[in-house]
Amino acid sequence: MSAVMMTRKVRKWEKLPGKNTFCCDGRVMMARQKGVFYLTLFLIVGTCSLFFAFECPYLAIHLSPAIPVFAILLFFFVMAMLLRTSFSDPGVLPRALPEEATFIEMEIEATNGNVPAGQRPPPRIRNVQINGQIVKLKYCYTCKIFRPPRASHCSICDNCVDRFDHHCPWVGNCVGKRNYRYFYLFTLSLSLLTIYIFTFNIVHVVMRSVNSGFVKTLQDTPGTVLEVLVCFFTLWSVVGLTGFHTYLISLNQTTNEDIKGSWSGKNRVQNPYSHKNIINNCCEVLCGPAYPSVLDRRGLMRDDLSVPTSAAEPATNSNPVPQTTKTTAPLIPNEHTPDDAKPSMADAAIAHAEKRSPSPREDKLPTLPKSSPTPTKVPPLASPETDAEASIIAKDKAL
Amino acid sequence: MAETHSLQELQQQAAVASKVYVQRDYNSGKICKFQTKFPSELESRVDKQQFEETMQTLNNLYAEAEKIGGKSYLEGCLACMTAYTIFLCMETHYEKVLKKIARFVKEQNEKIYAPLGLLLTDPIERGLRVVEITIFEDRSIGSGR
Repeated sequence: MSAVMMTRKVRKWEKLPGKNTFCCDGRVMMARQKGVFYLTLFLIVGTCSLFFAFECPYLAIHLSPAIPVFAILLFFFVMAMLLRTSFSDPGVLPRALPEEATFIEMEIEATNGNVPAGQRPPPRIRNVQINGQIVKLKYCYTCKIFRPPRASHCSICDNCVDRFDHHCPWVGNCVGKRNYRYFYLFTLSLSLLTIYIFTFNIVHVVMRSVNSGFVKTLQDTPGTVLEVLVCFFTLWSVVGLTGFHTYLISLNQTTNEDIKGSWSGKNRVQNPYSHKNIINNCCEVLCGPAYPSVLDRRGLMRDDLSVPTSAAEPATNSNPVPQTTKTTAPLIPNEHTPDDAKPSMADAAIAHAEKRSPSPREDKLPTLPKSSPTPTKVPPLASPETDAEASIIAKDKAL
Repeated sequence: MAETHSLQELQQQAAVASKVYVQRDYNSGKICKFQTKFPSELESRVDKQQFEETMQTLNNLYAEAEKIGGKSYLEGCLACMTAYTIFLCMETHYEKVLKKIARFVKEQNEKIYAPLGLLLTDPIERGLRVVEITIFEDRSIGSGR
């Protein structure tokens, strides 16, 4: 019989796959583990507060009032860059909807031809030529897409990110195409702030010691010792990081490519993205266009909660949530009905316009194995990472 | 999705025969560009010239959005000096062109593709990865308005 349908409007971020957390109704997007990010905030705010409390009054009077003013400006810039890096979408690529995934699978099948049973199928790679260099595009089994050049899948956030640099726990987010320049400016300004505070700590201690003696100075301003300690250790790491990223930017490389040695020069492989000119590379990375997010986080969509009794509920159609929700959806007892109960492409497309979803928000749970059966009739090749054996076995089962 | 009344009726009344995906063309580098090669599935539906013209215009619009020049540098520098808070009130150049593209796709659908039983999906809804073309069954053509 029919099921009772309750429709409610939800924001699209509630249905996005991947292991991100969203705040402020989808405006803020971060990774799940935020502990180290809170530590970063605490260190920056704490050290600056100590600086403003202990050093600034003395230095403003005895040297110049411009010192605290500049420190405040620098502090706000650092915080703005940090929050911008942490809260923005790094350039996440949305996963392929089922029809697109099917289309790509059919293309792959056509390219590879028939693979005899028991033999490993050839890796899913597409070759493109960029600036005279052959670049291999890899297939992502989780997102069901061929990754664009320089994109990579972040296992912590479970997303493919465009121009993936690295996942930074200190900012609690991935660093990718959209927030790389903010990340770089954050490290640069934090280096300046650290050097600034460190220098004026020393100046302050020296000036006070001349008048009162070294030991008494330390007793008067205990905060100074703490600041010097924090700044000393921060200096080495952050300044080193800034230097490293300056080097990467001048060569138009990502951390990911540098670690993998993609363009290290062996086999005459060169970086096809570099303009061969340091100025041009820097301009492209830092002053290029501000790319918008392709993830529509705050768009509205209809979420049909069906209190089900029937098997023929056409709910397993092309919604933005991929197959992972099927395994975690408790509301539909007949989730594992055989494929003939699943809808045809026609139903799928019509329902796509209304964006139904079979279950309430399940995606924030740890994503279960991706080897759940696909809703279409294509053999389920959705194996996590590159487990070709599993895909062969799955193929045999489906046939 | 901002579909016109006639497109909605098309979707509700018609059954989808299939979908074709036009992939990205990376031969010119990382800029957003789609292949202009005419898909064989559309041969019976739309004129090759018309389709290639649509794709070329789309590519030109994306090239305009991603152009690195004086204007983008100015925008970048201004934004940096205000610690990027200016983007809270101002729209970026890219976003402006994306709106232009959305209007273009809608107009193309209304004028050319819907009467032929086809529907172009704005690439931004697919993460700028593909241009999705939905092919509706023939019986829908008469009922579309």
